[in-house]
Amino acid sequence: MSVLEVRDLTVKFYTGEGVVTAVDGLNYSIDRGEKFGVVGESGAGKSVTALSLMRLIERPGYIESGQILFKGQDLLELSDAEMRRIRGNEIAMVFQDAQTALNPVYTVGEQISEALRHHLDYGEAEAKERTIELLDTVGIPAAESRYSDYPHEFSGGMQQRAIIAMALSCDPDLLICDEPTTALDVTIEAKILEEIEALADEFDTAIQLITHDLGVIAEVCDRVMVMYAGSPVETASAEELFYDPKHPYTVGLMSAIPRIGDRRESLQTIPGTMPDLVELPPGCSFHPRCPFAEEACTRRDPPLMDPETGADVSDDPGVERAAACLAHSGDLEQDLDYDVTVREPDGHTETTVTDGDGRV
Amino acid sequence: MGLQRFILKRLLLIPPILFGVSIVTFALVHLTPGDPVSQMVAMNPNVDAAQEAELRARYGLDDPLVVQYVDWMAGVLQGDFGEVYGSSQDAAGVLVARLPETIALGLFGWVFALVIAIPTGIYAAVKKDQLGDTVSRFLALSGISIPNFWLGLMLILLFPLTLGGWPVLPPRESLASPAMLWYLVLPGITVGTASAAAIMRVMRTSMAEELNKEYVTAARAKGLPERTIILKHVLRNSLISVVTLAATLTAGIVAGSVVVEVVFSWPGLGREFVDAIHGREINLIMAITLFIGLFIVIMNLVADVLYAMLDPRIRYD
Amino acid sequence: MTERTTERGRIQVTGFDPERVTERDPLSGWTEETGTETKSRWKRVFGRFVRNRTAMIGLVVVLFMSLLAILARPVEFFGFAVQPLSLAPYPPGDMLYADPTVDVSRNEAPSWAHPFGTDGSGRDIFSRVLYGGRYSISIGFVVVALAASFGMVYGSVSGYYGGWVDEIMMRVVDVVLAFPMLVLALVIVAMFGGGYWQLVAAFAVVGWASYARLIRGEVLTIKENEYVLAAKALGARDRSVILKHVTPNAVAPVIVLATLNIGTVVIGVAALGFLGLGMPPGSAEWGSMLEGGRDAIIPGPGGEIRWWITVFPGAAIFLFVMSMNMIGDGVNDALDAQETGAEMRGGQ
Ligand SMILES: Nc1ncnc2c1ncn2[C@@H]1O[C@H](COP(=O)(O)OP(=O)(O)OP(=O)(O)O)[C@@H](O)[C@H]1O
Ligand code: SF4
Ligand SMILES: [Mg+2]
Repeated sequence: MSVLEVRDLTVKFYTGEGVVTAVDGLNYSIDRGEKFGVVGESGAGKSVTALSLMRLIERPGYIESGQILFKGQDLLELSDAEMRRIRGNEIAMVFQDAQTALNPVYTVGEQISEALRHHLDYGEAEAKERTIELLDTVGIPAAESRYSDYPHEFSGGMQQRAIIAMALSCDPDLLICDEPTTALDVTIEAKILEEIEALADEFDTAIQLITHDLGVIAEVCDRVMVMYAGSPVETASAEELFYDPKHPYTVGLMSAIPRIGDRRESLQTIPGTMPDLVELPPGCSFHPRCPFAEEACTRRDPPLMDPETGADVSDDPGVERAAACLAHSGDLEQDLDYDVTVREPDGHTETTVTDGDGRV
Repeated sequence: MGLQRFILKRLLLIPPILFGVSIVTFALVHLTPGDPVSQMVAMNPNVDAAQEAELRARYGLDDPLVVQYVDWMAGVLQGDFGEVYGSSQDAAGVLVARLPETIALGLFGWVFALVIAIPTGIYAAVKKDQLGDTVSRFLALSGISIPNFWLGLMLILLFPLTLGGWPVLPPRESLASPAMLWYLVLPGITVGTASAAAIMRVMRTSMAEELNKEYVTAARAKGLPERTIILKHVLRNSLISVVTLAATLTAGIVAGSVVVEVVFSWPGLGREFVDAIHGREINLIMAITLFIGLFIVIMNLVADVLYAMLDPRIRYD
Repeated sequence: MTERTTERGRIQVTGFDPERVTERDPLSGWTEETGTETKSRWKRVFGRFVRNRTAMIGLVVVLFMSLLAILARPVEFFGFAVQPLSLAPYPPGDMLYADPTVDVSRNEAPSWAHPFGTDGSGRDIFSRVLYGGRYSISIGFVVVALAASFGMVYGSVSGYYGGWVDEIMMRVVDVVLAFPMLVLALVIVAMFGGGYWQLVAAFAVVGWASYARLIRGEVLTIKENEYVLAAKALGARDRSVILKHVTPNAVAPVIVLATLNIGTVVIGVAALGFLGLGMPPGSAEWGSMLEGGRDAIIPGPGGEIRWWITVFPGAAIFLFVMSMNMIGDGVNDALDAQETGAEMRGGQ
């Protein structure tokens, strides 16, 4: 059963430069205990999606339409007070930059136990005890004495651990991690990811992991949604996504960064940049950057389709496998002629070659 | 370094500044053409040259400036600011007698400013760019733009005379009597308005800035009620910028009270100061100037300490 | 066409060829918007300022009041009329009740002939308010120009040399800032006497210190900046580096401080006038006019309150300072939004 089901979510920002459609008709679902990845370049709408789930979009942004079903209940219909009972309690969030996500003038311990006191009605002493336990769980040494440290007395990695402890404090059913490791260096990144994974397993928490690093996805996730310009362009299991990508944008991302931590030149191999979300290119919004684009791509905006049958599956949040490329509806004259090769670790190349049409 | 050592270090910085303050005060008063004796003489044609010289000698005005300064400072350090030429009192006595009146006025002004400004600033930041914000911003802009003496005159014009019954000129009653609170209202508001407006503006700006920070989103994501977020998380951070202004604002209130006391005939230090200037009572002028300098230097220290207490990030160095 | 492969880790993707995109003609008319990026920083700041309605109103009022002050009476230069117009109906100093050609007495309430009424000496308040702007407004601008120039030089020197020079120079600033501007100006004017240039001197002598502190801070930040260190490592001389980098960075806060400062000085000048210590008694300076009219708020013979004597000159100060502050706020917003805008637009 899915813990979260997002239906037709649209979020717009009314800015001086025009209306930014940051998220456009998004559908997806996350199962209980599942690790769901969201990947895409900067500006794809990943953070806006995450904040929408918490109903934390602020002026000039508005959730225009859609449903966010959390355990069967539409969060968009809850009152503010009901929503606050869910935030931090049943859905929690880990922020990209722990340093800015912690309030500089209160101790780390206070900021964690505050949530415990608020949601679980813990007393002062009880909350403190639990907080120290949590700090210990996320791997902060000498947790007891660190309780009353201020954020600036923590290292970057420790700050992020504290944020994770804070997010896990009330044992949420869904943990949203918005680029939890982007601000950290590589060695710490790997450790933190491992920890998030282990903790999620331990607490049986579903994770929505946002990143622009496919390597991170490969490491952690069960299922992946690739976002481009506010819309999903491909959904697949992590396995399938890497061995058999069905969308040119995914392929572009893959040719950029296939390994954890190597951020140099990342996103460089896809030519151009993500369009301004005020006015998208006509047809398939990826066409100005897509090597496989044809005339047809400028005219028709491909919906999410079943890559085998070409059937429109864009309204099905639970869809297993989908990609939004005209190649799958047979509207293109050429094939998507890319190849994926998997090398065995011993260096000898075993070629499992796949092309865009799924033929081996 | 702990807070105590930080305070100690700041205290050590005070003497050199006060030394400078005293030199400035002394120099301003003594480097001018015409000492008080020539003034007295100018007003009294019966004094001959010999008497004039005697007067000079009596007040030590013949000595080199350095000697005069040392003499004066030596006196000051013993609490002796010299005599007031035109009266039987000495300068220190006047200072002590007038100070409570000014403190009462300034304190009223400060409290008024804080009580008005903090809530309005919070309100404006939360309602940023909405009608309530626009209105309070306009009021604050007017508040920092209105000359306090004119505001005082206008209040006198409006309240006691047309609306009837509001006391304007303080009777010679003891400051301790509760009735004096009434008499404080109009001058207190006049003194406090500019500070209220300034604090409100700072409060609004820093609060709005803080509200955009990620720790606020994080606090919301924790499910805390908006009131807790604003009054606990955001307020403390924005107060830091108000505290950095505290000394400047106190200086403003001190300067304001000089003018406002004249408007309302309030018998405080400020009015005494203006009278002293008109009468060229140099000892009194120096005493009051020095006192104001000392007071503001101390307020700076207080602001520094408050700042250090509010912001744990400060490295006491 | 070269076959492009990317090979890092276990999975290798071939066939995603960016050159196909860069080398083909655009498929559609859609292009990325680039217009806003090319404008220079100052042009954008200026654009934002001009679009700020409040600031524009302030600017119009300030220009209008300055113009009125200039056109109020003829301006003569060595007996030669540079500005022959005369918007003010009467000379500001004329006691009209003594003039047989004018039918007016002292303390006359506003009327068509005398829109702001007359004061206790039978002078036309409307003419005096128009003319009075000459003192307040010009002193405000002159003082700020002097104080800002001196303060900027002082602060740069202090920050540039650092060490004990900086230490001593900054203690001097501390001392000056230990007094409220008005108190020090009061003492100076009291000792050196009133008058136009004495007022300018008094406020400039007090006002430079905040500019000095501001610029010094700016110089220190710049000195520690990596790119400056880099420029120095490449052999650039300190002074040229600082001039080149400090100027653009510090100009913004200085402009903001200066605009807001003009209002403060104008109020200060008026306050001295009100205390009877500014311009010679009887001058048409706004503050001095209030001092002359102070007792007018107490009911005169017959219980009449001569409100016009205090209301109009004070309102002129208020209006001018408010407009100046509106400009200052506008400048501040235009410059500030620059920073936050950059933040909002920035990468992640
Ligand atoms: N407060 C806001 N005001 C205006 N536009 C906004 C705002 N927040 C987000 N946007 C717009 O929404 C779009 C999506 O932003 P979002 O932060 O979700 O991107 P992202 O995928 O998280 O990128 P990143 O990897 O940089 O975090 C962007 O184009 C951005 O300009
Ligand atoms: S629809 Fe066309 S432009 Fe879009 S991804 Fe597919 S091939 Fe590329
Ligand atoms: Mg993001």
